[in-house]
Amino acid sequence: MYAADLAGTRYRFEDLKAVLAAATPLRSGDQLAGVAAQSAAQRVAARYVLADLPLKTFLQDLPIPYEDDAVTRLIVDTHDRAAFAPVAHLTVGGFRDWLLSNTTGTAELAALAPGVTPEMAAAVCKLMRNQDLIAVGRKLRVTSAFRTRLGLPGRLAVRLQPNHPTDDPRGIAASILDGLLMGCGDAVIGINPATDSIDTARTLLQLIDDLRRRLEIPTQSCVLTHVTNTLELIGLGAPVDLAFQSIAGTEAANTSFGIDLAVLDEAHQATLSLGRGTLGDNVMYFETGQGSALSADAHHGVDQQTLEARAYAVARRFRPLLVNTVVGFIGPEYLYDGKQIIRAGLEDHFCGKLMGLPMGVDVCYTNHAAADQDDMDDLLTLLGVAGVNFVMGVPGADDVMLSYQSTSFHDALYVREVLGLRPAPEFETWLIRRGLFDPQGRMLGADTASGAQQRLLQAIADG
Amino acid sequence: MADAPAPPRDPFAALRRATPARIGLGRAGQGLPTAPMLAFQLAHATARDAVQAALDVPRLQAELARPSRVVHSAAPDRDAYLKDPGLGRRLAPLATPLPRGDHDLAIVIGDGLSAVAVQAHAAAVVHALARRLQGWAIAPVVIARQARVALGDEVGQALGARAVLVLIGERPGLSAADSLGAYLTWDPRPGRRDHERNCVSNIRSPAGLSCDQAADKLAWLLGEARRLGFSGVALKDRHVGAVEVGGDGMAALKP
Repeated sequence: MYAADLAGTRYRFEDLKAVLAAATPLRSGDQLAGVAAQSAAQRVAARYVLADLPLKTFLQDLPIPYEDDAVTRLIVDTHDRAAFAPVAHLTVGGFRDWLLSNTTGTAELAALAPGVTPEMAAAVCKLMRNQDLIAVGRKLRVTSAFRTRLGLPGRLAVRLQPNHPTDDPRGIAASILDGLLMGCGDAVIGINPATDSIDTARTLLQLIDDLRRRLEIPTQSCVLTHVTNTLELIGLGAPVDLAFQSIAGTEAANTSFGIDLAVLDEAHQATLSLGRGTLGDNVMYFETGQGSALSADAHHGVDQQTLEARAYAVARRFRPLLVNTVVGFIGPEYLYDGKQIIRAGLEDHFCGKLMGLPMGVDVCYTNHAAADQDDMDDLLTLLGVAGVNFVMGVPGADDVMLSYQSTSFHDALYVREVLGLRPAPEFETWLIRRGLFDPQGRMLGADTASGAQQRLLQAIADG
Repeated sequence: MADAPAPPRDPFAALRRATPARIGLGRAGQGLPTAPMLAFQLAHATARDAVQAALDVPRLQAELARPSRVVHSAAPDRDAYLKDPGLGRRLAPLATPLPRGDHDLAIVIGDGLSAVAVQAHAAAVVHALARRLQGWAIAPVVIARQARVALGDEVGQALGARAVLVLIGERPGLSAADSLGAYLTWDPRPGRRDHERNCVSNIRSPAGLSCDQAADKLAWLLGEARRLGFSGVALKDRHVGAVEVGGDGMAALKP
């Protein structure tokens, strides 16, 4: 039982998860789950309660009990008390001030990460304005590596997402080429297949691998299929760089995805054993998104932002190369409009990085959400300032397989230009050597295809 | 004028034939040139309008030219429908009960996420299907407003039908705002799960399945479901190739 007295009114909260939920900025998913604050004033009252709670509370009072949930057990059993020590004496409000403090820098934050539990990250996030999420996000640096190094200061990488409605290899190659010409693909060339077919996945992996070798592109590839399919593909000798999986913040939600920690561990070990990375051995690619636990009816009455942070506890166990929150994909019943999507994108980036993850964001929306390209421009720009590791690159922002809108190759060029961000160093060197970018990291050529682009196009056509 | 430069060859011309993706759009600085920017805005606006569009029920009834009944889901309006999918899966209280009978098939036409799609294709699919289902006792068509797929379970059960077919507007994409989905459930009753249904999706013209092609598939599926006594993944698994099986993409579109 928690309570706050404000302006003559007593606000009561039954338990810690009720405080966390009520303190969360308004979003449709929490309303759908019946856990959102009943009024604007109650929301702020919950934040007063939260601000005075010792951070240590979250080590004892667990929103989802230890014995009920494997993710909770993972969180508790892997908590690093030594890393937590510098903030162990603080309240949640004090923690916010500590994070913002000018004496807290990148090194202190990196050392703290293993000591931060998802509930601590979620709690402090609820006290932070968008500005705070950006300011601290900018100080948080998480790097990872495979054939490129990602997350370095001043860099912004792009996942090239060349999806096709029927997995047509030529169609996919066409989109890959368009993206490469515009300097995208340094995070990964990653295809969402239209079917679950192992044969198709194998064909697509081979397609990217051949292209990568022929053009000597320093990047990694991924077909975003279920982790059990990837295990099968590894067994078949397919060129698997990364193992992909969608993950969520409760055991029951992960069960609905057909996974548990053991199968993730198996995939991690199997992919590591291939030894295909040249600059690093981060081999996992995870996707998450607020609302996934509720949509699987596996939310335990916990708000969706806290559950999202719990998914990051699953991710960090496997030292991923990429963690991508697909922030507006799930639909308006979870994030209703541009304002809610923007807030969630900043929250996820902040919480993931605070917990030590190499965060990217799929800045996106569906056609039944009240959002448009202007909202995506806003979120992309804010995340660029916040230092996001990578974003998506989809031709013309229109994913013709998944039927939603993400960020485009043009958007990546834009945000790199206005914020002075550059591609991953290895990829940038390749772009310059190929005559596609100038040494300052800006795309070369007139606004139609340049000679270098023509040559690359020809190379593909000949292949 | 004799020396006017030839327009630059479009290097993407060949590639563009390989994909509906928006490739080779050109650039204005880092941004999109005006023409593709406006083309995108038009596609998005069309999709948004389709999501908000209301079903013209009298027109649909006239085109059906067969007995029908109009019902409402528990979602009072579009805003509530979008925010709480559960409301669209339950019926609002009925003034008079649905006519229970010895029906082989109930057909529910729901607006879903695109009344535009329903208006464009639903009546034609019903006509094409009825021609292929000679000898099937088909219940009066139920037209459902603010409907999700699972609403068909309650309707089918109330009608006493052995199977329910829900024709419903799919979530509009940028390339098509008029795509109709068809969901078949054997032995409908509330609580049926998605894996117990068969789906024929992307019914639209000219790029998707025609109404006749869809009716062929649906008639085949219905025959198989009747023969086996169930629908869903198990039925689908036995005939991969005969019927399109959707991956994640299709799940994302389901209203």
